[in-house]
Amino acid sequence: MLEILLDATVRAGTPILFATLGAIINERAGIINLGIEGLMLIGALAGFAGTSLSGSLLVGVLAAFGAAFLAGSIHALITVQLRGNQIVSGLALTMFGVGITALFGKGMVGLTIVGFKRVAIPGLSQLPIIGNAFFNQDLLIYFSFILVFLIWYFLYRTRWGLGLRSVGENPAAADTCGFSVSTYRFLAVTIGSGFVGIGGAYLSLASTPMWIENMTAGRGWIAVALVIFAGWSSPRAMLGAYLFGGITAMQLRFQAMGTTVSAHILQMLPYFFTLLVLVISTIRLKKGAGQQPEGLGLPYDREDRK
Amino acid sequence: MTDILQIENIRKTFPGVVALDNVSFSVAPGEIHTLLGENGAGKSTLMNVLTGLYHPDRGEINISGKQVHFTSPRDSLKCGIGMVHQHFMLVPAHSVFENILLALDDVPNFFNRSAYKEKIEKLIAEFDLELDLNLPVWKLSIGAQQWIELIKLLLRDCQLLILDEPTAVLTPQETERLFAVLQRLKGQGKSIIFISHKMREVMEISDRVTILKKGCSIATLARGDFDESKLAALMIGTDKVPQWQKSLQMSDELVLDIQNLSVQNDRGLADLDDFSLELKKGEILGIAGVAGNGQKALAEVLTGLKKTNQGKIMAGAEDITNSNARYSYIAGIAHIPEDRKTIGIAPDMDVADNLIMKSFKNRLFTSGIFQNKKAIRQNADDKIEQFAIKTGPDGTPVRYLSGGNIQKVIIARELSEHPTVLVALYPTRGLDIGSAEYVHKVIADGADRGMSTILIAEDLDELLKLSDRIAVMFRGKLIGYVDPRNTTREKIGLMMSGETPGDMS
Repeated sequence: MLEILLDATVRAGTPILFATLGAIINERAGIINLGIEGLMLIGALAGFAGTSLSGSLLVGVLAAFGAAFLAGSIHALITVQLRGNQIVSGLALTMFGVGITALFGKGMVGLTIVGFKRVAIPGLSQLPIIGNAFFNQDLLIYFSFILVFLIWYFLYRTRWGLGLRSVGENPAAADTCGFSVSTYRFLAVTIGSGFVGIGGAYLSLASTPMWIENMTAGRGWIAVALVIFAGWSSPRAMLGAYLFGGITAMQLRFQAMGTTVSAHILQMLPYFFTLLVLVISTIRLKKGAGQQPEGLGLPYDREDRK
Repeated sequence: MTDILQIENIRKTFPGVVALDNVSFSVAPGEIHTLLGENGAGKSTLMNVLTGLYHPDRGEINISGKQVHFTSPRDSLKCGIGMVHQHFMLVPAHSVFENILLALDDVPNFFNRSAYKEKIEKLIAEFDLELDLNLPVWKLSIGAQQWIELIKLLLRDCQLLILDEPTAVLTPQETERLFAVLQRLKGQGKSIIFISHKMREVMEISDRVTILKKGCSIATLARGDFDESKLAALMIGTDKVPQWQKSLQMSDELVLDIQNLSVQNDRGLADLDDFSLELKKGEILGIAGVAGNGQKALAEVLTGLKKTNQGKIMAGAEDITNSNARYSYIAGIAHIPEDRKTIGIAPDMDVADNLIMKSFKNRLFTSGIFQNKKAIRQNADDKIEQFAIKTGPDGTPVRYLSGGNIQKVIIARELSEHPTVLVALYPTRGLDIGSAEYVHKVIADGADRGMSTILIAEDLDELLKLSDRIAVMFRGKLIGYVDPRNTTREKIGLMMSGETPGDMS
C-alpha cells in the first residue's frame, strides 16, 4: 500500500517539480514568471506533437523544451529588454499558452503515442519501500533527480551561478562587477521556461500519453506557490513537489476506495493545500527564514536615478 | 609621465536636468586627487560616467593616453578603474567570500573554493583587517562592508580607485586607518579619486583638488595652492552664507523621555537595546555614533514607523509608547529621514506636489473637493526660492533632482508645519556649505521658537557646532552625554566605539 502510494506520489509530483525548478531559475535572476501554467501547456502539446510526428520520445522532450524556451523568450523580451511589468507579462503568457495550445491541439486530440516506460535500476530498485517509487521509474524522473542536483550545484558552486544569484539580489552590484544583467536575466527566463516545458511534457508523454486540452489543470500555479515554499532552493522544491504529489495520489486513492466524500472536494485538496502552504511560507518569510531574492520583480535600468 | 586618466569636455544630461555641463580634469599616477563640489555639482554623475554606468552625451575619456569608450562597467573595469560607491554595491544576503568572488574576473566557472579563500584571506591579513569570509554581509557593520568594497578593487588590481564619500560612515579612528591604507596604495603607484565634503579630510589627504560647480570643472589646485577658505569660496562661489548665532536657552522641561527602550529589527537583532534618552524643550540634542548603531531605529520609533518591544516613551506625563495617543502626538513630529529617496519623497511626483504632502488637506491648498493648483504652485515657487532648490521645468519628477535638492524639498516640507519636535537623520548629508548652513539656521531658529530637535549626524563638527548636548550611541545603547562646549573629538570618537566615559556626565 505505502509502496504504491509513494510511487504515485513521485509520478504526480514530477511535472510540478520540473515546473518549480524552472520557476526557481527565473526568480533567482529576479524575474517573476506567472506564465508557468501557459508554458507547461505549450510544453505538453509540443512534446506530444514532437513524439507523435517523429515517433521518438527524445524529440518530444526537446520539442517541449524548445517551444517553452521560445515562449519564455517573449516574457524575457518584455521584462528584461523592455523592462515591462512582470506580473502582467506573465499572466498574458499563461493566457497565450492556454489559447494557442487549444487552437493547435485540436488535431492532436484522440491520437495516441507510446509514452515513457519504466526502467528499473538494478539493485537500487530492490530497496524496500522506496526502491520501487524512486528507482523503478521512467527516464524523465531520473532526469529530474539529476536536475535538482545540477541546479543546486550550478547556483552555489559555479561562477555563473553566483552571477545569476547576484543579478537577482542586487543587479547594480553584479553590473558594477562586470556581469551583464540583461544576458543573465534573459537566459534565466528562457532556459527556466524550457524546464517548465519539460514538466508539461511529462504529463503528455508519461503520465497520460495523450493530449487533452488544458491538461495541466492548474499545476503551473501550484509550482508558482511552491517556489516560495521551497525558499528558492532546488532540493526543497523536490520536497514540496512530492508533498503535492502525495496529496494528489492520496485523493485519487480515496476516490478509488469509494469514500462517501464528494470527488470534487477531494480534487480540491491539492489547491487547498497550495493556499495553506502560501500562508505558512509567507509567515516564515516575514520571520526572515526564506530568502526571497531582493531584486525580485524589479526591472533594472542602469541609468535610472532611483 | 602620462596621466593615468584624462577627461575632456564631458557633458551628460537627464530629462530636464543638465547633470554635467563641461568637465575636464586629469589624474596622475600615484596621486590622490580630490573632487570637491556642492551637491548637484555632478560629482556622482561624473563618477558613474567614469565607471561606465552612464554614457556621456559628449566628451572624451583617455586612459594612459588612449581614448576609450565605455559601454558598460565591464569596459571600465578592464581599464583598471574601480569604485567604492556611496551606496555599496554588495549583495547583503551573500557571504563576504561570495561578494568578493563576484568582483574577480579571472575566476573560472568551476573554481577551486579553498584556493580562492586562501588568496583573499592573505590580502585581508596583509591589511590587518578582521573579516570572516563566511558571514553574510548584512551581519557586518557599515565600516566592515566598506573594507569589502576596497578589497574587491585591490584583488582586481585596479590602478585607479574612486572613493565616493568613503568617510561618511566611519568613526574618526576608522577614517585614520582608511587614510593610512590610501597612503600605502599611493606609495604603490596607484591613483585615487577621493570625494568628500569634509574640509578637514580634504586638506589632510589631497595632492590636488578639482572643484566642480554646476556641472563644470572650474579649477584644479595643487597642494600648497589651496586652503580651507579658498576651497570653500571656489565651491560655493559668491552665494551668501547666512550669518546666525545660536542662543543657549534650553529649559529643564522634558519633551520626550525614553526609558529602557528595546527594538528588534526584522532579523531578530536588537537595534535599540535598553536605550534611554531625555529631550528637553527647545533643545538641540545631537546624537553621535557610527551609522548603523541604532540611530535609524530610534528615529523610526519616534516617528511611528516601528513598534517597540520593551520600554516606555513618555511625552510629559503621557505614555505614548504604543497607544493611539502616540499617533496623535506623532502628528506634531517632523521627520527628516535617512533614506530620502525611498521614504522621504514620492519620486514620480513633482516638487509642488511633494511639498504639500503633509498639508494637502489644509484649506489653503483646496477649493471644495478639488486642489487649488494655483496656491500649490505659489507655495512651490516660494519654497523653491527660499531653499534655493534647483529643479527642472514645472512638473519634473522629483527623482530627477540631485540628492541635495531632494533633501531641500523634504526639509522645506517638514518645517513648514512648525513642528514641536524635529527628528532629523543626517539632514545635511550631501548638501553644499551654503545650504547646510541654511539648514542649521532653520534648526536653530526652530529651537528659539521652542522646537526640540533630535539631530542625528555623522559629521562631528556639525554636532559640536549645533548641539546643546550630545548623546553618543553604540550598538543600540546610550553610552553617555557630553557637553559640546568642553569635550574633544577624540573623546567622542572613543565613545562612538563603545568605551564608556569614566568621569563624564
